[in-house]
Amino acid sequence: MKSFFLKQRYLIDFTLSSLLRRSGKNIGLLLVYTLIVFMLASVMLFTHALRNEAGHVLAESPEIILQRMIAGRHDLIPGGYLEKIGQVRGVMEKHGRLWGYFFDPAIKANYTLMVPRDRSLGEGEIVVGAGIARTRGVGIGDILSFRSADSRTFSFRVMDILQSDSELVSSDLILLSEAQFRDFFGIPEGFYTDLVLRVRNPKELRTIAEKLTLKLPDTRPILRDEIMRTYDSIFSWRQGIVFILMAGAILAFVIFAWDKASGLSAEERKEIGILKAIGWETADVIRMKFWEGFIISISAFLLGYLLAYLHVFYASAGLFESVLKGWAVLYPEFQPIPYIDGLQVATLFFFTVFPYTVATIIPIWRAAITDPDTVMR
Amino acid sequence: MLFSPSIMALVLVSATVSLLILMAAAFALQVTLRWDIHSGSERQLQLERRTYLISTIVAYSFTAELVALLLFIYNAEQMSSQFVGAMCATGVLNINEFGWPTLYLKMAVFFAGAVWLMLNYADNRAYDYPLIKIKYGLLLLIAPLVVAELLVQVSYFSALDPDIITSCCGSLFTPEGEGVAAEVSGVEPATALYALAGSGVSILITGGWFLVRGRGAVAFAALNSIGFFVALIAIVSMIALYVYEHPHHHCPFCILKGGHEFIGYYLYIPLFLSTAFGLGAGVIAPFAKYPSLQQIIKADSRRYVTAALMLMLCFYLVAGFAVGTSSLTMMEVWW
Amino acid sequence: MQTIKLEQVKKIFHQGRPNEFCAIHGIDLTIEPHYTTVLKGPSGSGKTTLLSMIGCLSRPTSGRITIGGDMLSGLPERFMTEIRRKTFGFIFKQFNLIKGLTVLENVMLPAYPLAPNHAALKQHALQLLDQFGLVSKATLNVEFLSGGEAQRTAICRAMINDPEILIADEPTANLDTKLSREFMALIQQLVDQGTTVILTSHDPEVYESPVIDRVVEMRDGLLESL
Ligand SMILES: Nc1ncnc2c1ncn2[C@@H]1O[C@H](COP(=O)(O)OP(=O)(O)O)[C@@H](O)[C@H]1O
Ligand SMILES: [Mg+2]
Repeated sequence: MKSFFLKQRYLIDFTLSSLLRRSGKNIGLLLVYTLIVFMLASVMLFTHALRNEAGHVLAESPEIILQRMIAGRHDLIPGGYLEKIGQVRGVMEKHGRLWGYFFDPAIKANYTLMVPRDRSLGEGEIVVGAGIARTRGVGIGDILSFRSADSRTFSFRVMDILQSDSELVSSDLILLSEAQFRDFFGIPEGFYTDLVLRVRNPKELRTIAEKLTLKLPDTRPILRDEIMRTYDSIFSWRQGIVFILMAGAILAFVIFAWDKASGLSAEERKEIGILKAIGWETADVIRMKFWEGFIISISAFLLGYLLAYLHVFYASAGLFESVLKGWAVLYPEFQPIPYIDGLQVATLFFFTVFPYTVATIIPIWRAAITDPDTVMR
Repeated sequence: MLFSPSIMALVLVSATVSLLILMAAAFALQVTLRWDIHSGSERQLQLERRTYLISTIVAYSFTAELVALLLFIYNAEQMSSQFVGAMCATGVLNINEFGWPTLYLKMAVFFAGAVWLMLNYADNRAYDYPLIKIKYGLLLLIAPLVVAELLVQVSYFSALDPDIITSCCGSLFTPEGEGVAAEVSGVEPATALYALAGSGVSILITGGWFLVRGRGAVAFAALNSIGFFVALIAIVSMIALYVYEHPHHHCPFCILKGGHEFIGYYLYIPLFLSTAFGLGAGVIAPFAKYPSLQQIIKADSRRYVTAALMLMLCFYLVAGFAVGTSSLTMMEVWW
Repeated sequence: MQTIKLEQVKKIFHQGRPNEFCAIHGIDLTIEPHYTTVLKGPSGSGKTTLLSMIGCLSRPTSGRITIGGDMLSGLPERFMTEIRRKTFGFIFKQFNLIKGLTVLENVMLPAYPLAPNHAALKQHALQLLDQFGLVSKATLNVEFLSGGEAQRTAICRAMINDPEILIADEPTANLDTKLSREFMALIQQLVDQGTTVILTSHDPEVYESPVIDRVVEMRDGLLESL
């Protein structure tokens, strides 16, 4: 056992020195390899961070949202429905919500307007998300003016700017009072955008939802868990699509690796011939080459992953932010919480190191079976 | 559903490994048919050199499969958030009829690959390669297993429908249910404890006997394999309860969760490795009858039996630790 | 140390193909321990081919080679290598040192697969370098060596695993007369230490040297005289 490790040490020693001796050739391989790892790892870390972020948001959102449907479309829901629901076992709290979207032609972006429940705002007062403050260049105390649908101009004083750890959601948010909201959008008293219900025991969710559809046939309950599940599969699906798009790159890399491994220089060929002649066995050469691949793979993997980590978590994934996130103008300064996931690392390993290793098996074997008497000729 | 990167990785590995193993099997067939150890011809030399390729391919493939087995379970764990009713891997495996067979086939490939490599390792050190036909014959048998794993796994993943409401450990591993899982969960914890102790002692005795006398490797392998199943049953019927500190939660997968300090991995990894070494020792032992293999197999099986014993000991220690540090007390209820 | 016996050894290249070529036509030869033997003959007579079969670098197409009664010729390559690295040390016509490595590393290289204790191995290598006057060059890369130094490095490398038999294929082909003589003197040192030496050469400096006990002449894959 001890001699086994000692032998591997000798082989690794030799491999390291031979890699350094041919650093020119190997640097090219290392660069391409690192780039592949970097690209895939960036995608994975980024989508994963997005999903986490979404999870954070959803964690605070209500368990059930009740929407009224008219002709298959989402419509305003009368506050009276709250009484119609009456007492349902398991529902701890229920109330109506007011929210909507507003398109600001000045910066060509959509805002989310919302009436907060935990904050009371007076006439002409708003609180804006950091993204809006940034793009419109406003600070606390400044005035923002919007034109409502019926062409009236509303001026609001910015009372506060939302500082949230999940900027992804609050970035485009505007909070205002109920009266202002109704006035601005022309929503009559007694109607809400939707109703929300809080439920403590997740096991009762489905039964509650069923009861709701029975009591209020023109409504649709949306379960938070369901959204979460959809998010989960959408994000892994998105990642998958990107990976399929990158399959070409991976394939090219595999061919490149195969080519590098089989295109031994005359000098390398001679070196292996010498090793075999002076007493290295075919299996020793294969092992030595295995370590070579291992060292290259580990270096490229760690380097690529580290770069991707820095890229996503410290450089706000600058390279493809707008591609994957979906809205451009107001985009938040996305600073996700750094996070490494074992499943991700293993998956990434199978998309990079595994293909590389497989591609080099046959070239390595070919090199290793060099006749030991070649150097005599 | 097939589009998740981890699923794609798993399919990629299985497909690649199947291809590699089929290739190795084809080489193996060639080698077996034309093998003539006494010939000094160039063709014989080429065949001998092929054996290196076959060994390398199998070793790499097997390592990949081993990592893939872990990834498969880990992935199932993580996907449980995407299915209604799934709380852990059990629910995800339950989604369609191919889930459990995929897991079993992966386990079978793991053990077959491990045993084959041990056989190959011994044979490669005997100057006349006495087992060449046997080991390559065996490889031809393993190849379909690997391909079956690929097919079943693809069927499993492609039939993963997020709309299916699956049933999880709560309903599968419960004494009130039906089927093997229920039977296993229904085993009295006391019975499981005695069986576990009995099997541990018998493994220790046969292993010790082998190390002292150099005989009984097959018996050891058999008992070690039985011990494997006993251990699995004990995990479901008893150890899990202590880990969860809940007298009715029997799931063999939830113990893999971070909330339980990943203790499942510390239980399963030594257990699986021990069984693989035990099996290896048992499979190679009969071939000690070949003169050129006698010394090699003697040394190898000692090493494997020792490793199997140590790993089994690890399993028992971890299991003991889990039970010992648990705040679940079932003293009056069970014994 | 044991006797090497060749019986009806034949070597055919590219067997069964149109360019089939019989390089050794069936040779019987016995090489006694502690003798210094030289295989002499014109270029293309099969010296190298025969030497590589004796040294377990290649296998005869037919015939038997035994060493101390153990069959070598029927062994798979793997086991030939095992015997080779314990029994033989090799010096090649071109020195075949690995460029970019130091003298010391080159000398230690044949021992790597045997995984000896590193300190002991280094000690042994330095001792050999000392014996052949190369200690001062130990950390020098081999491409900076002169012909004679490279040759001596090759000798050290051949001796690192303490082989019983030293095999050298036209060792003086790249050396001038003076260096050739020096080389034969070094061989004398090794012979005095009890090493069996087998060389090939058509250089009179070699086969007429007093170190040589026996000259075996070859022509067209056959022995001319014993
Ligand atoms: N690998 C080979 N393939 C084909 N022919 C070879 C090979 N090696 C040597 N030969 C032939 O065998 C003959 C003997 O070669 P060799 O042993 O190198 O002679 P020497 O060392 O006496 O000069 C030569 O005619 C050479 O062309
Ligand atoms: Mg020659």
